[in-house]
Amino acid sequence: MRVERIINETNDEFPIGIRVLAVDDDPTCLLLLETLLRRCKYNVTTTNQAITALKLLRQNKFDLVICDVHMPDMDGFKLLELVGLEMDLPVIMLSANGDTNVVMKGITHGACDYLLKPVRIEELNNIWQHVVRRKRFERKDRYNSNSQAKLRADSGEAVGMGSIGNNGKLKKKRKDQDEDEERDENGHNNNEDPSIRKKPRVVWSAELHSKFVAAVNQLGMKNATPKKILELMNVEKLTTQNKFRLYLKRISCAANQQVNIAAAVRMRSPNGLGNFHTLAGSNHLHNAAFRSFPPRGVLGRLNTDAGLLIRGLPFPGTIRSGHGQSSVNSGNDQSKLQSFVSGIHNANILQGLPMSLELDQVQTNNGVSHIGELPIADSTTVFPVSSSLIDATITGFSGNPLLGVTSHSLMLEASSQQAGNSRDIVPAIGFRNGNTLSDFAPLAPASNRESNADLQCEPIPINCNAGELITSAPQEWNSPYQSNVTPCSMNSSIPVSGTMVQFGLCLDQNNSMDSDSIGPSSFIDNSAMEQSIIDKEGYLMLEPWEQGSHIPYNIGLLEDLWELQ
Amino acid sequence: MLGLDADRLRADLNRLLAFLFHQGILDEQYLQLQQLQDESSPNFVSEVVNIYFHESEKLLRNLRSLLMDREFSDYDKMGIHLNQFIGSSSSIGAKRVRNVCVAFRAASDQNNRAGCLRALELLEHEYCILKNKLHELFQIEQQRLLAAGVRYPMLN
Repeated sequence: MRVERIINETNDEFPIGIRVLAVDDDPTCLLLLETLLRRCKYNVTTTNQAITALKLLRQNKFDLVICDVHMPDMDGFKLLELVGLEMDLPVIMLSANGDTNVVMKGITHGACDYLLKPVRIEELNNIWQHVVRRKRFERKDRYNSNSQAKLRADSGEAVGMGSIGNNGKLKKKRKDQDEDEERDENGHNNNEDPSIRKKPRVVWSAELHSKFVAAVNQLGMKNATPKKILELMNVEKLTTQNKFRLYLKRISCAANQQVNIAAAVRMRSPNGLGNFHTLAGSNHLHNAAFRSFPPRGVLGRLNTDAGLLIRGLPFPGTIRSGHGQSSVNSGNDQSKLQSFVSGIHNANILQGLPMSLELDQVQTNNGVSHIGELPIADSTTVFPVSSSLIDATITGFSGNPLLGVTSHSLMLEASSQQAGNSRDIVPAIGFRNGNTLSDFAPLAPASNRESNADLQCEPIPINCNAGELITSAPQEWNSPYQSNVTPCSMNSSIPVSGTMVQFGLCLDQNNSMDSDSIGPSSFIDNSAMEQSIIDKEGYLMLEPWEQGSHIPYNIGLLEDLWELQ
Repeated sequence: MLGLDADRLRADLNRLLAFLFHQGILDEQYLQLQQLQDESSPNFVSEVVNIYFHESEKLLRNLRSLLMDREFSDYDKMGIHLNQFIGSSSSIGAKRVRNVCVAFRAASDQNNRAGCLRALELLEHEYCILKNKLHELFQIEQQRLLAAGVRYPMLN
């Protein structure tokens, strides 16, 4: 990997010896910073003037700059911009002032991090990650720009609308003033291509989770932004951009898979039994709902759509007979088809617009041939089939995080209505995220029996996963949806951040859910470490829970609040 | 007997530190400073603290001259001074001084001159306490080092 080559060229003991320039007009802090950085074994140069700093940067090679926000000769933000423009180095801002607007200003000016005084050595121990990440993104950006043209050519109307709307919302929702945001927005579609081809599987394993926990503990409540957490975790393929977007894409890929399958199956059933109108009607509603609203509106619409879908649920039976009629699937096992159908149900519920769009495309593209691919000898073949469908139609939905949003929100809605068998959902999630295919098989018989219940139960595992995800979510996303997490078995195979973001945002709508009954129990399922994360997450200030372990920390938080008065 | 002095002085040192922590005059950040002191930087703590004293007295003088000015209106400038004071105080673990600065900054943000004057009085008071206590701490530390150092020649 190119990054590793770069690292090896500079220093075999990376991050030891990275060249840091520290700029601060306060000599006390400067001396402390210098000593801390030396203790971290970095190569430190210090200056108390911004102009001198620029001179040094031009004359010598540095890897990283840490500078104070308030300086007498030049505004820290201005220095930040200049360094970014001229030398393209990662710059970390430093200040005693932790007001949100100042921090935001730093990030929007391009700072890759913002530290509060007093600086702790734990934070400085990890700043080298900014150096690595900067190099990685330079490389990735080149790759993205290559595939960007290809994807753009494939884009259809739905893609444009969905992607643009979703990207805008993504930016807003994430509150992630990442300097690479523009690049990522463009790269959002771009990353779709590699992720489709490679289908990277970043499993939210216990190891990742413990890293996440450690990162959050290190950062503390105030600084536990997603970006920082990701930096500390330093897991391959987990970056603020990649993690969320890759996961989103994966979700949308999986969602698209389901959509394709659903569409294909639908194709058959209408042909066989004329239930098409019902489906078409519900599709239409999905369509309208999805097109016209942000997640909030979609959520409401999808609820009605779910009702329609439930009505249209004599689907399994229909499908089966349709299956019988269709010569293509002659070799299929009924149970497989049922599992397939349950997947379709998931798709129906979860992806309104894409499904209808998919239907259109499938129809025009000779749905029979698609169906021909559908025969599923076992659950594992579902994925390959859908992937082939996806290739044809994925561009319609790839860049559509709203898809994931609506699906998750809908799932939440349903789950709030009844506590269902979490097992049902796990396969759906696994399916969507390209994970445990084997999970799908057990679902088949159960879902067939209780198709209606499935619809309502399905969301729950996703909630569980979301719950797991939520507990590890970055601080700013916890408060809206903390209370909406239902306790359930954790599916460690579910990717985290992307779904979390969308999910959490959707959960904004579900604040009516009883947080007391739902929220704390979700944490009980988690390890103690997660609880410590929860302790440190900022949301505790916003939604203090009467959990014993949290109360002392709440007091501490209140003290901090008071201090800031 | 001199060796015993070293132990006694160490006990005094610890007692004083405990007192300062209990009173909130110092916090854990001061311990971080102590941890950074080692063979490569044997006087690190006293170095940093002396710089802090020097800078803080400059800041206090500036703040007072700003507020004493009858036509004073530049609260932004005062805010900048206070920002630096907050940063340096928190960096060495001067908790009470830092808290007073924060309150001072709040009053300054509201352009509350009377509040700023009160805060300045309190700040100067807290700063004096901190400086006295830290001097005491350094004195005990110096005596302890002397007492510990003298022991070895005696044994030889």
